[in-house]
Amino acid sequence: MTPHQSDRIATQLINLLVGIVVLILLFLLGDIVLSGFPHISWHFLTSPSSSFSAGGGVRDQLFNSLYLLVLTLIISFPLALGSAIYLSEYAGDNWFTGLIRTAIEVLSSLPSVVVGLFGYLLFVIEFHMGFSILSGAIALTFFNLPLLVRSIEGSLHAVPNSQREAGSALGLSNWRTIRGIILPVALPGILTGIILSAGRVFGEAAALIYTAGQSAPLLDYSNWNPTSSSSFLNPMRPAETLAVHIWKVNTEGVTPDAVSISAGASAVLIIVILIFNFGARAIGNQMYKKMTGGK
Amino acid sequence: MQAYDLSQTHIVTPAEEIALSTNQLQVYYGNSKHASMSDASLSFPRFQITALIGASGSGKSTYLRSLNRLNDRIARIKGEIIYRHTNINDSKVNVYEVRKHIGMVFQKPNPFAKSISENITFALKAQGITNRQELKQRVETSLKEAALWDEVKDDLNKSALALSGGQQQRLCIARAIAMKPDILLLDEPASALDPISTTKLEVTLKELAKNYTIIIVTHNMQQASRISTYTAFFHLGHVLEYDRTERIFQTPMIQATHDYVTGNFG
Repeated sequence: MTPHQSDRIATQLINLLVGIVVLILLFLLGDIVLSGFPHISWHFLTSPSSSFSAGGGVRDQLFNSLYLLVLTLIISFPLALGSAIYLSEYAGDNWFTGLIRTAIEVLSSLPSVVVGLFGYLLFVIEFHMGFSILSGAIALTFFNLPLLVRSIEGSLHAVPNSQREAGSALGLSNWRTIRGIILPVALPGILTGIILSAGRVFGEAAALIYTAGQSAPLLDYSNWNPTSSSSFLNPMRPAETLAVHIWKVNTEGVTPDAVSISAGASAVLIIVILIFNFGARAIGNQMYKKMTGGK
Repeated sequence: MQAYDLSQTHIVTPAEEIALSTNQLQVYYGNSKHASMSDASLSFPRFQITALIGASGSGKSTYLRSLNRLNDRIARIKGEIIYRHTNINDSKVNVYEVRKHIGMVFQKPNPFAKSISENITFALKAQGITNRQELKQRVETSLKEAALWDEVKDDLNKSALALSGGQQQRLCIARAIAMKPDILLLDEPASALDPISTTKLEVTLKELAKNYTIIIVTHNMQQASRISTYTAFFHLGHVLEYDRTERIFQTPMIQATHDYVTGNFG
């Protein structure tokens, strides 16, 4: 076989593999969006769900999902950023660092059901937090941390060492160099990590069934007091998310329109993730330009 | 490679005023018991260019990077580095302060991913200089000193990464001299540049030597002989010869130096 032939075969094989992946993705996305889109209406998005009769919406579930996502990121991002900076910039190459990395890897391979049950036993029962958004957010933090830490660490690592040397040689402290030079350059990669983990949080159901609960009490969107039990901002109330709702109407639901609700909700889920994805990237690009002087 | 007697050395102490000197400096990388640089005792004259030459792996970059303690995290450094009557190779000495006095420019241009002016002002701001007028002034003076001003004066807010390699390297020099250092260390600053940029850089360095003490590592022997007053020859982690540049290149005392500068080496 000549080099030319083998190269052609390899290229075709790679194209084929990529084609299969793209087809699967398109099929999945297309199927979910196409079969769900007809069921999405203003009414569907703005009315509460109904347990028995047809015509319920997903207003509260959609809000709960977003609220849970924000809360999870608020808890997990600083933790992940700190540990990633430690691992990438400060940690020496020793057994302790190895132990941390192994722990993170083990954590990332935990099944989400296990994380959910752990959260149930510890937060819901032991700490008396009940089925609540906060319990769910903490459980999802466990679930989310490894992914975030690894991706942020990776993007910090990708910043060439010569940048750190340049900072040191100018008499800048490590922290000043990291904050002013390394982090801005790593920003797009960090953002990708956040987007990936946000998608996972948004679509997670198993870990939430036992922590954030499966009930969606009526919310009062005009009550801005987070300590009031009917307020939409109260983090201590049980909250069924979109993904949990999809699971529930399909397994225990008695509403006659369960199929269309779950189809519509699935499409909403995907669309929201896409909006989040593009939005985060647009904001990130703006920030990157600002912090790096544009290019 | 031919084996040379490493104990036979010829090292002079310049008669000029000394800006920086090392006494029995030894560098050990990691946990290695073998010194990557052993017993280097050199004195660098003020407002002159000193060149460090030698083959790859001879320890000249290792030595240079020890002078502003940039090797602190990866190596153990024994011996003394004397700057203004103080041994700066001491854990009690503030390294950040040391590096403000002893600036450095690296082999590969490494501008920050920021605008041209921010590249220069970033470290100044960290030092607490916030006066806009002064910052502007410093940007202009250092860019002029680094002979880059005329090329970039209209694009100060453009990204430094859009500059050519030679311009980036001169920006790195401007960034270093904006800190008003005393001494400038350069680690093969021209090795990634084309001949035209190299010439420009050499002219700039000659000009800078009026106000700064410059120590430069170079692989290019013509470069060493063109710009430096003193030259040190490094071989296998030892300084074998240190003398005025013309003596190193015309009448070296050590066989290894002779072979290296005449190209009969290895």
